[in-house]
Amino acid sequence: MPHVTLAEATRLAVLQEMRRDPRIWVLGEDVARGGLFGQYRGFLEEFGPRRIVSTPISESTIMGAGLGAALVGTRPIIEMRIFDFVMCAMDELVNQIAKIRYMFGGQARPAVVVRMPHGIWRNSAAQHSQMLEGWFAHLPGVIVCCPSTPADAAATMVSAIRSDDPVLVFDPKNLWGATGDVPDEIAPLEFGRARHLRHGDALTMVSWSACAPLAEEAADALAAQGIRVDLLDLRTLAPWDEEAVAASVARTGRLLVAHEAVVTAGFGAEVVARMAERLPGTRARRLGFPKVPVPFAPPLEDALKVTPARIIAAAREMLA
Amino acid sequence: MATNSARLLALLSTMQRIRAFEETAMAGHAAGEVPGPLHPSIGQEAVAAGVCANLRVDDRLTSNHRGHGHALAKGADAARMMLELYGRAGGSCGGKGGSMHIADFSVGMLGANGVVSGGIPIAVGAAQGLQLLGSDAIVCCMFGDGAINRGPFLEGLNWAALYRLPVLFVCEDNGVAAFTATASVTAGPGVAARAESLGVPAVAVDGNDAAAVDAATAALVATIRAGGGPRLLHARTYRLTGHTSTDAATWRATDEVAAARENDPIARLESVLRAEGVAQPALDALRDDALREMSALRAHANAAPWPDPASAFADVIGENA
Ligand SMILES: Cc1ncc(C[n+]2csc(CCOP(=O)(O)OP(=O)(O)O)c2C)c(N)n1
Repeated sequence: MPHVTLAEATRLAVLQEMRRDPRIWVLGEDVARGGLFGQYRGFLEEFGPRRIVSTPISESTIMGAGLGAALVGTRPIIEMRIFDFVMCAMDELVNQIAKIRYMFGGQARPAVVVRMPHGIWRNSAAQHSQMLEGWFAHLPGVIVCCPSTPADAAATMVSAIRSDDPVLVFDPKNLWGATGDVPDEIAPLEFGRARHLRHGDALTMVSWSACAPLAEEAADALAAQGIRVDLLDLRTLAPWDEEAVAASVARTGRLLVAHEAVVTAGFGAEVVARMAERLPGTRARRLGFPKVPVPFAPPLEDALKVTPARIIAAAREMLA
Repeated sequence: MATNSARLLALLSTMQRIRAFEETAMAGHAAGEVPGPLHPSIGQEAVAAGVCANLRVDDRLTSNHRGHGHALAKGADAARMMLELYGRAGGSCGGKGGSMHIADFSVGMLGANGVVSGGIPIAVGAAQGLQLLGSDAIVCCMFGDGAINRGPFLEGLNWAALYRLPVLFVCEDNGVAAFTATASVTAGPGVAARAESLGVPAVAVDGNDAAAVDAATAALVATIRAGGGPRLLHARTYRLTGHTSTDAATWRATDEVAAARENDPIARLESVLRAEGVAQPALDALRDDALREMSALRAHANAAPWPDPASAFADVIGENA
């Protein structure tokens, strides 16, 4: 069982799948040199330039060509380099990929994986640090994955590649270097299943992506103070594990959702609203970025983002 | 009969079916039977017919918002298309797409598109996928002159040339983009020059001359299928109707429309066939057959059941088909 970084874990997962199925190929900028983060290192040598296609800086066509190639029976992995550039391919993703199966009455299933490394990336500022996963959770027709550990990131890739639906994978940029064990044979992960990180009755904590390890840290600090929280990493936002969250909130009566993204209309709002509908009387709170673009200077970035200390403080207030 | 006449008669038959399909659907729309607007291609039929006559069933086609003719010429089922326009059960897309989203994957028709230039990236990707699979099928990508001012045109042609993809780009140039003369919003020497500058050789053709479109396409398709890389066909034509079925096109200069009527591609092809010795009744029969076929499809569609409301939830994600 290799102990590897999250980037390497996803590399192993894609490698395993590409060796299994010759219809799988990768297209995106700089993928032939291994991708921006080494997540395709060595692939060109093994699979050649027809399956590892370094493309022009043409995001619309990277996305749209992936779709077209899926429509003739290949299984493309569309690499967006970093999330923020998907804004240049929104027509192809939102109007085309997400719509084609439905709009054409089920004649085609666009089996594409769209990889979009996202989230706050230390001192990269407003155009390279966004976390807009909530937009896509709002969109019918796509699966939205936000893994936070090497094992989950690897399993997510395997599921995404094998899925006949379009799967959006939000690789957590800031966690590329996080390490963990990955099984020799990487099995798929079931979409819509949260991972239970900590067990407790004081409060339900829900998080995902780069915020999940912060929530874990906060949960451990609270445990040291005698407060045991129930912590769930959603892992996928569409579909999301409403049942697991509801079961937990039914026990604790308190729900704290922490995410990197802006609080206003972030996916935390959906989690809280659903629980309010199902379990009236739930005390709920959301923690996330204020409605401000991500700034550059370290003290400015730090002033705005979620930290374990802020999660602890919010939890303590809810329990007071 | 000479083989040439037989081929031209087949083109005429396709064009008459497209014309009859759209005129019938327009009448259905005017009568309140067709729920949404239509984008008719009346006057442009020679492009669809001449191009698609050179495609195999396993060749793929992407189309635009004005795509009924492209779909019919590619061999899409007219009955299912009419049902789709009417939003009825059994339509090409089960009533979920309507006129602007006709697709028929069984004949390689990968879809009309509601977004101008939306089909271009899809077409180049389909060609790249076919190349990866080792197929010798090609992809034909139809778009209007308005599409050449959007980014995907630049990206897609560059991409196709770069990877030497088997794509035939067809710019169906009717001189307008919705309600605006394209020349008034397009700088430079035009689509063919733009294509050439990106390494895609281009050929211009009179898009109202079905035989010329057919011949030009045949040569381009042969080159593309032999591995010669992408080509562009610039076909000049004229849209005899307004932008949509709700636009009476009163904004257009009447002398321009009158001149265009003289240049109707169906009348032109008929006169070529008459010169080749085909008798008028044989030509009339093609028009009458097409009108009969399409009015029967209209009656059928208008009487057909609506889709089951439960189907509104199907085919979104997962196995909920
Ligand atoms: C990206 C985009 N912008 C605007 C529209 C609205 N629109 C629909 S058709 C059309 C004109 C397109 O011109 P052209 O491609 O030349 O086709 P034509 O309608 O002239 O046949 C416009 C602007 C659209 N569908 N997509």
